[in-house]
Amino acid sequence: MSQSNIEISEQTQWMIAVRDNRDRAAFAALFDFFAPRLKGFMMRSGLSAHQAEEIVQDVMLTIWRKAAMFDPHRAQVSAWIYQIARNRQIDIARKERRPMPEELKEEPGTEADASQILGLEQEAGRLKQALTKLKPEQREMIEKAYLGELTHQEISAQTGLPLGTIKSRIRLGLERLRHELKDLKQ
Amino acid sequence: MSAITHHIPDAMLAAYAAGNLPHAFAVVVASHVSLCEQCRVALEAHQAVGGAVLEEIAAVAVSSSLKNDILAQLDAPFRPEPVYERNGIYPGPVIEALKGRAPRWKKLGMGVRQDILTADTNGSVRLLYIPPGQAVPDHSHSGLELTLVLQGSFSDETGRFGVGDLEIADEDLEHTPIADDGEACICLAATDARLRFRALVPRLLQPLFQI
Repeated sequence: MSQSNIEISEQTQWMIAVRDNRDRAAFAALFDFFAPRLKGFMMRSGLSAHQAEEIVQDVMLTIWRKAAMFDPHRAQVSAWIYQIARNRQIDIARKERRPMPEELKEEPGTEADASQILGLEQEAGRLKQALTKLKPEQREMIEKAYLGELTHQEISAQTGLPLGTIKSRIRLGLERLRHELKDLKQ
Repeated sequence: MSAITHHIPDAMLAAYAAGNLPHAFAVVVASHVSLCEQCRVALEAHQAVGGAVLEEIAAVAVSSSLKNDILAQLDAPFRPEPVYERNGIYPGPVIEALKGRAPRWKKLGMGVRQDILTADTNGSVRLLYIPPGQAVPDHSHSGLELTLVLQGSFSDETGRFGVGDLEIADEDLEHTPIADDGEACICLAATDARLRFRALVPRLLQPLFQI
């Protein structure tokens, strides 16, 4: 790890250690942070404590097994785990594999770019702040949308929901970072 | 390839990230994202919001044995998920829906062909092959219809749709898509409408009504 990585969040450092070094202590740290949140997330969508823990187990094992796919330049650890968790829930509920886009392959030997990773983390930090500052009813709607409780028609009918504002911020950030990353690679 | 100009509406992308889009539409959205960097970034933004919701949600303590149970399984053998690679004009999610086989085209008349990938009461996904200058067979949709161009292009009253472009048509849209000159137009089309005619229409006519 280069020295500038010191500023990168613990979560990202744990995930990179799991990916690159199969570090069990780092995996245990990820478990301590995410497992109770994943359980809370699953129970919010109506699962029993027992069912929730079964999915937490599947999700944590998937994190370990698919760690090579984690790219901190594209995703926060929580965003990556969120998608794994929703996929697992849907696969179980529908008994079929959920259609996913082609995975982008990182060019072999791509060096971690700490400033890119940090930039993404700062955007995500602002996103979380924006979420916590919402009115309770607005925040509940956001949670419902991302827990998969709203159809796309229901989401688009939500006027006054700052979803677009919140999301466009991180989207702009992601786009800017992607452009910078592309420039660096060329 | 010309630039993609018709993208996935934001609410649909949010519902896809949250996993609450009908399977047929999810196949089309996953295929478009495979071709479109702009929508991939937008999807990543939705995943970031989902991640923030996950981080901020009320945590619930897990049972004391869960961590050790999981740690004990880290070295257990497992079957990796199959990876479906893009093949020619067909993005990975289409290859997955084809289960790795080549399209099996069935004639619909006037040179138009189709291959139904999945069809059930929740909707259907099909590949359509339309010769240059040919109109898509007359069809009225009783639900929402998503059409993603994989080869060639078509035009209708609302504009021109080239490779990677996504058209979203609802019951209110009266349109006559016609394949442009040049290459035959190949599309991935999905609808959430029930195929209600199935039992009522003689078997011979079914292919016509399944458009």
